[in-house]
Amino acid sequence: MSMLANPTFLFYQVMNSISLGMNLFIIATGLTLILGVLRVINFAHGAFFMFGAYVCWSTVTFLGGAIGSFWIGVIAAAVVLGLMAFVIERGLLRYLYEREHLTQLLFTFAIVLVVGDVAKMIWGTDQYNVPYPHGLKGAVNFGFAIYPAYPLLLCVIGVVVAVGMWLALSKTRWGRIIRAATQDREMLAALGMNVPLVYTGVFVIGSALAGLGGALAAPRVAVSPGMDATLIIECFIIVIIGGLGSLWGSFLGALALGFATMFGTVIFPDWELVLAYVLMLGILLWRPWGLFGHPEEDSH
Amino acid sequence: MARLEVDGIHTAYGLSKVLFGVSLTVEPGEVVALVGRNGVGKTTTMRSIMGLAPPRQGSVCWMDRDITGMPVHHVARLGIGYVPEDRRIFPELTVWENLDIARRPPIDDENGEGWSEDQVFELFPDLKAIQSRQGGVLSGGQQQMLTIARSLMGNPKLLLLDEPSEGLAPIVVETLRDRINLLKEGGLSIVLAEQNLDFVLFLSDRIHILEKGEIQYTGTPEDLRANTDIQTKYLTL
Repeated sequence: MSMLANPTFLFYQVMNSISLGMNLFIIATGLTLILGVLRVINFAHGAFFMFGAYVCWSTVTFLGGAIGSFWIGVIAAAVVLGLMAFVIERGLLRYLYEREHLTQLLFTFAIVLVVGDVAKMIWGTDQYNVPYPHGLKGAVNFGFAIYPAYPLLLCVIGVVVAVGMWLALSKTRWGRIIRAATQDREMLAALGMNVPLVYTGVFVIGSALAGLGGALAAPRVAVSPGMDATLIIECFIIVIIGGLGSLWGSFLGALALGFATMFGTVIFPDWELVLAYVLMLGILLWRPWGLFGHPEEDSH
Repeated sequence: MARLEVDGIHTAYGLSKVLFGVSLTVEPGEVVALVGRNGVGKTTTMRSIMGLAPPRQGSVCWMDRDITGMPVHHVARLGIGYVPEDRRIFPELTVWENLDIARRPPIDDENGEGWSEDQVFELFPDLKAIQSRQGGVLSGGQQQMLTIARSLMGNPKLLLLDEPSEGLAPIVVETLRDRINLLKEGGLSIVLAEQNLDFVLFLSDRIHILEKGEIQYTGTPEDLRANTDIQTKYLTL
């Protein structure tokens, strides 16, 4: 507790919160996009995140850790997950949209198990570490304190992704079509839009974001089986407190969870495991539809 | 030829049958009305044509092509516009965005470039001033104008207009009627479902009365205006 009186420590904690929040945001924004458009609760999103981290590790290892290999790994993770998502959506998921939510839930849970086992077949059960990328191994001097360069860059990437997504959704015709699909898919089809194609596109983009988030997380966590288990819960908490389908909601939700996690472990160390749920409960009591969500209406 | 031919369609939602062999044709430039009380199958006829509720029996032909059971977006791309009863404006998109996503080039170059925002705003001047407003906050009249304007952006040859006057103030209904008449004069074919008889008599070339999913009467506006027995039997509440 008294540590919080130390400005350097406080600064560290704030930066760590933002950095964690931004990493979570990149992953959760993909989940909320899929949920908003496809109305599918995709439990496999966490498994995609894990797969992305593994793909990044493999790329870095394959390239012998050369300069730029990490960034190639990041791109590779997004591309591989996008392709996997394309096959899963086109081959399987699209046949389940008309089914009840329980069937969809069971399906995405099956994907969690399959992806988890495929990962074990490829990478075994060892734990891997991805080093900080070249040029980002050091720290940045703020004058009053220093902070490691890579987590700092994560903060910047999170904001870039948020602004990029916002521009794409509000300033491009495709973005407007995606937003319309969250509101009334039948009317969108009646206006001549190929809604199944929109679904495929959104599932691919959302899953690529999970892969991207996994690759970016790789240097700050241990890449290992089961790393997706807590992450998927965190992502759902973010999506719920932010409001289903909302970009800025998931941005704020991710930041809130980042702060709750980092400060919670210091202030209420004994309560660390439940803090995220307490945060969710508090926000839902105040706004049952989430920070940026809307009260439930009948949708078509 | 831009001709619609609906031949003996039977349509059901699950186990509840709604249409029992509805047939109708729409010649190019014609306005054909479907009238009748609530729940007689007007909306279902439109949804069947659009592919939103594919008929179980019978066929829908459009421009000499069988479009029965075709995916909805293919039907739309063949030049059929749908203006649903509940308007279905995208509430979180602005007026301009609602128009923009509906933009689609004409299927032929008969009418040149087709509709643009500017032309749509000329037809519905009220929309121009509110183009950056969100669809969800518009008044009923504004929403009705927008939903028609939105389908025009897709350059349809046939418009399915479901209860356009419903819930609107008389003065707005009159404006709307004149705008639709302008579209008719421009050569657009229209299937019009309506409960407002004056509206129907003013715009239609032919009128079908539906009752329990079947067409019970077909006539011109003059015939129906003269025939008060039929009006009492099928149209008064």
